[in-house]
Amino acid sequence: MRASSPVSLAKRADFPLLAAQPKLVYLDSAATAQKPASVLTALETYYSTVNANPHRGAYALSAAATEAYHDARVRVARFIGVADADTLIFVRGATEGMNLVATAWGRANVQRGDNIVVTRMEHHANFVPWQQLALAAGAEFRIVELDASGSVDLAMMKRLVDSRTKVVAFGHVSNALGTIHPVAEIVSIIRTGAPQALAVCDGAQAVPHLAVSVDGLGVDVYAFSGHKIGGPMGIGAVIVRRAILERMPPYQFGGDMIEWVNDYETTWNVLPHKFEAGTPNVSGAVGLAAACDYLDALGMEMVREHEVLLTTAAMRALAELPGVTVHGTATAEGRSGVVSFSIADVHPHDVATSLDAAGVCVRAGHHCAQPLMRAMKLPATTRASFWVYNTLEDVAALTRAVRATQERFAGV
Amino acid sequence: MADAALDALYQEVILDHNRRPRNFHPMEHASCSADGRNPNCGDQLTVWLRVDDDVVSDVSFQGQGCAISKASASMMTDAIKGKSRGDVVQLYEKVHKLVTGEDPALAKDKELGSLRALSGVSKFPMRVKCASLSWHAMKAALDGASVVTTEGPEDARSAS
Ligand SMILES: Cc1ncc(COP(=O)(O)O)c(C=O)c1O
Repeated sequence: MRASSPVSLAKRADFPLLAAQPKLVYLDSAATAQKPASVLTALETYYSTVNANPHRGAYALSAAATEAYHDARVRVARFIGVADADTLIFVRGATEGMNLVATAWGRANVQRGDNIVVTRMEHHANFVPWQQLALAAGAEFRIVELDASGSVDLAMMKRLVDSRTKVVAFGHVSNALGTIHPVAEIVSIIRTGAPQALAVCDGAQAVPHLAVSVDGLGVDVYAFSGHKIGGPMGIGAVIVRRAILERMPPYQFGGDMIEWVNDYETTWNVLPHKFEAGTPNVSGAVGLAAACDYLDALGMEMVREHEVLLTTAAMRALAELPGVTVHGTATAEGRSGVVSFSIADVHPHDVATSLDAAGVCVRAGHHCAQPLMRAMKLPATTRASFWVYNTLEDVAALTRAVRATQERFAGV
Repeated sequence: MADAALDALYQEVILDHNRRPRNFHPMEHASCSADGRNPNCGDQLTVWLRVDDDVVSDVSFQGQGCAISKASASMMTDAIKGKSRGDVVQLYEKVHKLVTGEDPALAKDKELGSLRALSGVSKFPMRVKCASLSWHAMKAALDGASVVTTEGPEDARSAS
């Protein structure tokens, strides 16, 4: 164990919001992460020194903005192990990434008689777009259930994928439970049972916590959100295999994405521009690149190690409290820095309000995973999630606040 | 957020109604009923009413929810039983102003009885919808609707 682990991995002082609120115990990074000062500086520097509309001006400033945008794409691609940076499309986040593929690829490729396979564990962002695509196309929508251990039932997935499967959508890491899914095994099931299908992986909860190599995963589509890795809100990326992107019709139409607009027809620009209609979020991309710099300086292996330490401690401390149930995998190794739990006879909203009074921010609710919660027969859970700035002291504060909550609600 | 605010939110009356909700069961021969849903948190409850000669002669509820929504529903059933439709609607409007903090004087309004305990909710904008869920469902049932969600424009400011 690293000597520095009992304190945070990252300096709290690096995060202006946390530095300004020294008592705040922020345990909701799975919803959105706090931002390092270097990201905020990157935004400010972009707007105060480089800002111009990229791709459109013949002057040096516009060229600088174009270059900043391009450099950010290359930087982010390197961070997540994508060699072909032009296959990384900037979008608002994981949600827009999934919608882009479900709309543009889905409408052109999914028909009546086809089927789409998703898992029970998905975030609504990787569930509803496929469900709606299936409805619109008249395709069958198939859900891979959980097995007895609460993991995605791979044997069932094997049975559900077939020669008419067009999409298999699955998460890399669950936001509700933190479960890390066996991507390699899932990809092999898809390639064996449905070689024609698109393998779509939601990386929104993986990229903040694990060293991810998208190329190494062997999926066709991978999406994530910048705000969960310390970048600004409103920027993220979807990465799609080049051969698929080249054949795929555009998602939105307008400026930048065109090659030539004739009166009655239009031809499309090259990648990545074909899929980025309109003035892009250059500052967002620049900020996201700065977040990648920040995390690489910490080292994603260190991030993972730190989170396993905190998660192990939290799971152990909470499990020791009578009346507290920790959901999901039994060990911290099988999950990201997420601990989802229930307190007997106390509703998660009351838990969250009570914890908030102790300065502990957690998420309570269905975590945008209603199909999962239904299967687990839970209306809601309380979720604590850890990131680079959290410490064992935060875990202790959580445990104390949970105990105080139990006392408040205990009664005759 | 101070502990005092938390104490005001979770007063003993509230905790008691949460632990032992009154009239917590379905009703067989109801005149009307409605489901109240809070799409933000998945909370869901059903309110049943028996109305005879314009008077709410019986009321019950059942469902999933936090202490605030459960206690508010439980206290509501106690408060409206035996009241005329007009009085119930008036009370509905008062409770709305109480939990949103729109009329702080209501926290001392004797007519509200134990419902005054809901005044603590006004300090927690995220929880206003929890307190009003059953009231919306009850009003919807009286108005002949079968489902109501908390996403109406009325409390659009607060998400829970
Ligand atoms: C697993 C997962 N997928 C997708 C999303 C959607 O991300 P965003 O809302 O940033 O588009 C989230 C975020 O909540 C998530 O946790």
